[in-house]
Amino acid sequence: MISRAFEFLSRRIDGPLMAALALTLTLGLTVVYSAGGGTGMERVMSQGRNLAIAFVALWIFAHIPPQTLMRLALPIYVCGLSLLVGVALFGEVRNGARRWLNLGVTSIQPSEVMKIGVPLVLAWYFHRHEEALRLRNFVFAAIILVIPVGLIARQPDLGTALLIFASGFFVIFLAGLSWKVLASLMAGGLASLPLVWSMMHDYQRQRIFTLLNPMEDPLGAGYHIIQSTIAIGSGGVLGKGWLNGTQAQLDFVPERSTDFILAVFGEEFGLVGNVVLVILYLLVIARGLMIAANASTVFSRLAAGAITLTFFTYAFVNMGMVSGILPVVGVPLPMISYGGTALLSILAGFGILMSIATHKQLVSS
Amino acid sequence: MIVGQALRDQQRELNVFRNRILLVGFLILAAFGVLVARFTWLQVFQQEYYHTLAEANRISVVPVVPNRGLILDRNGEVLAANYSAYTLEITPSKVPNVERAIDELATVIEVSARDRRRFRKLQEESKNFESLPIRTRLTEEEVARFAVNRFRFPGFEIKARLFRSYPQGEVASHAIGYIGRINDADLKRIDNAGLTNNYKGTDHIGKLGIEGAYEKELHGVTGSEQVEIDAGGRAIRALARNEPISGNNLVVTLDLALQKIAEQAFGDYKGALVAIDPKNGEVLALVSRPAFDPNLFVDGIDPQNWDALNNSPDKPLNNRALRGQYPPGSTIKPFMALAALEFRKRSPEYSISDPGYYSLPGVAHRYRDWKKGGHGTVNLHKSIVISCDTYYYGLATELGIDAIHSFLTRFGFGQRSGIDIEGELGGVAPSQEWKQQRFHQKWYGGDTVSVGIGQGYMLATPVQLAAATAMIANGGIPVHPHLLKAVQDSKTQEMRPFADPNANAEALVKPQNLELVRSAMVDVTKPGGTAAQASAGAPYAIAAKTGTAQVVGMKQNEKYDEKRMKREHWDHALFIAFAPADDPKVAIAILVENGQHGGSTAAPIARQVFDYYLLGKKPQVKIEPPKDDAQPQDAEHD
Repeated sequence: MISRAFEFLSRRIDGPLMAALALTLTLGLTVVYSAGGGTGMERVMSQGRNLAIAFVALWIFAHIPPQTLMRLALPIYVCGLSLLVGVALFGEVRNGARRWLNLGVTSIQPSEVMKIGVPLVLAWYFHRHEEALRLRNFVFAAIILVIPVGLIARQPDLGTALLIFASGFFVIFLAGLSWKVLASLMAGGLASLPLVWSMMHDYQRQRIFTLLNPMEDPLGAGYHIIQSTIAIGSGGVLGKGWLNGTQAQLDFVPERSTDFILAVFGEEFGLVGNVVLVILYLLVIARGLMIAANASTVFSRLAAGAITLTFFTYAFVNMGMVSGILPVVGVPLPMISYGGTALLSILAGFGILMSIATHKQLVSS
Repeated sequence: MIVGQALRDQQRELNVFRNRILLVGFLILAAFGVLVARFTWLQVFQQEYYHTLAEANRISVVPVVPNRGLILDRNGEVLAANYSAYTLEITPSKVPNVERAIDELATVIEVSARDRRRFRKLQEESKNFESLPIRTRLTEEEVARFAVNRFRFPGFEIKARLFRSYPQGEVASHAIGYIGRINDADLKRIDNAGLTNNYKGTDHIGKLGIEGAYEKELHGVTGSEQVEIDAGGRAIRALARNEPISGNNLVVTLDLALQKIAEQAFGDYKGALVAIDPKNGEVLALVSRPAFDPNLFVDGIDPQNWDALNNSPDKPLNNRALRGQYPPGSTIKPFMALAALEFRKRSPEYSISDPGYYSLPGVAHRYRDWKKGGHGTVNLHKSIVISCDTYYYGLATELGIDAIHSFLTRFGFGQRSGIDIEGELGGVAPSQEWKQQRFHQKWYGGDTVSVGIGQGYMLATPVQLAAATAMIANGGIPVHPHLLKAVQDSKTQEMRPFADPNANAEALVKPQNLELVRSAMVDVTKPGGTAAQASAGAPYAIAAKTGTAQVVGMKQNEKYDEKRMKREHWDHALFIAFAPADDPKVAIAILVENGQHGGSTAAPIARQVFDYYLLGKKPQVKIEPPKDDAQPQDAEHD
């Protein structure tokens, strides 16, 4: 009976990936507790609920065969795109950015939908044209990618736009975009940097200035970076110990439960903790890339590859920003930061990975 | 064939994909390598630096202000104490619109117009980031009511603070002085003295009187506390504490009860009184009337009170005992007589025949005696008892101004007495050189004549007169008037007595000469003397001299008529005395502004002081200023 229940639950679950996820998420809960300060237990309970929901999503996505998912890709994308247009026309302005759409019942951020929608639709597109990929296919793929990214960048939400652009770019890259085109794109990109700079908002430019010299404005824009580097640096090799980080516990690290949770972690667990976290991420990514490499269809492998690389991008951008080598963009530390939305989209993504991993025999047979 | 082609394509595509995955894998490894390198740099190589920064972030050293020492009178009565109270303070830099915020505050707790005025004055005098009190002495209820509404008032803070209080109010205010908020000038002095660290956290400093002069003893040593603070600067817990050392208590020489009696004895008169123990220079009472309430200054004085004190024609802030320079009038005569004996210009037996005036040889101008027609035959003894002017006109001329100057200097005239509180003025014991320097003028013989009766250029402060009188009382030994009796060490409770620099001073006049003057001064208070009335019935002998100082000059033939003069032009009354005459325990100098006659207005004040100090007797009747029709009992004029 119990073994049948276990069999039912774990049939579509990829063991190694699940193990790596479980370890990372457990670590995440301990840091959320610490970062919560006096309300640590409440935070952990609430994050537990988020986790439960996210795991249900994972389980459901793991059971959706890749073919079904492929059929859903275009509707999701179209739906997301129309929501983005809706935001541009009727969106609510919060904190100076038009990102939210009020649906009456609840407000949603359509850019979240596109985090999955864009890589899936591109994978679907390349899958459809797998027999004879031409340059024009890549050009069309680029258009599919650039429209939502442009809309999101205009909100403005440069961080999310860049991440979604990255996830789509990974699909195009893995689909076999030729090196020549890639090289000329990069050259073109570099050449257009001044243009991009002139189109950026002041606060976005300021973030880049701040990265280059945080001390220029230690109480304003530089405050986040200064305090988080102090937290991490003062942690030393072994850390100050769980719950003992002075920078974190005394409120010096802003947003310490969410985007800057790595500062808490690095301060309390030190270099050892950071290396362990990086290794856990590497395990997750390695497993994801293996699944992608062994996937049987173009859609599957492109989707698996893009999901994995997007996950990597999140982790890298967050850790780079908190440790002061990348500008501050609003990206949570995947599976560690407190918050439900990001967790949901990440675990849903891993559900897709697991579906791809466990459904491939059926397809190839 | 087509299928094979497709398969080959598929295979090629898969290979491309796998190669790219492999490449991406390496890139990811490299990226995470960069991150680990960054972590290693921060957490291994820069760890010490960031550790220091983190500690500096979280640890704040806050000063712990020591309790200010108490001020007690010689019998242990409290003159200045501390009490703890809640204040509500505003840091103007943290409040966008201070005025409006105070208006809003007024809806929660009472804020009087006086509070606002005082706050505005403080604001003008302080830096924007300083925390300034808007309300002091909040009740528990007010504290609670504010606490509930705290969120509405950013930049406002309730603080428990120690306050200075002067329980005696106006009594002895000129001697005790007061504390006030540290201003720029104070800060500069603190800096120059190298005491900046010791004054961290302290916002009041002794300004005047004993509070000012013994600031160093009273302040104590500031302690410190290491507290852990959060990002908002709030203290979370104390990590280490270095206890402050309380200021030392001061025991002053004043006798509070005596002081009160002396002050009351003045009634509505303005003036000053200094009572000294002639043996050691201890100041038993130091009166300057009118006085002020030092409590007004503690929380910062409001502009209205400040203007009232500052602009009053009575000048209550002026310490007349130290800063009032008056012609000593006839009270100078015992010293002139002593000078005559010491310089052998007069023998006790030598007599003059007083026609009622004196003229310099070859000059028609008459220096009139206060008594028309003169006193008849007058020797040295009688000259003091009846205060003969003519005797001293001639005597001064014979002594010459420079001899007078050098002798009066021995008795402390013309120089600060060195009393141990600030602000004292030196008076004038004139000399030829002095006049040359001061007025660039030659000294004339007539100048000397006036100095003979304590007028002209001669000026003395009440404290100088008291110290000089004490010298007559103690056998001619210089005294150093002082207010500090002992310092009680706050740690050991040990008493450190005042070190008198004049402790081993020697007599500056011959005892037999002094005895002649003293016996004459005793007879001043006997029937026939100028102060007989005020001394009647005293069971102890009083040695004294009356005096009158002109406020406005008289023409040659003008008659002093108090009824036709403004009250503020009436003569000042002076009185110096010591008692008991045979074993002096207290020497006194009194100046009553516009009191007219030393014998009638100043002497009764002295009598009350003596009665209390020597007999423990409290006065029965309060002395009223004389009505316009009152006739002086003890006649004495210049």
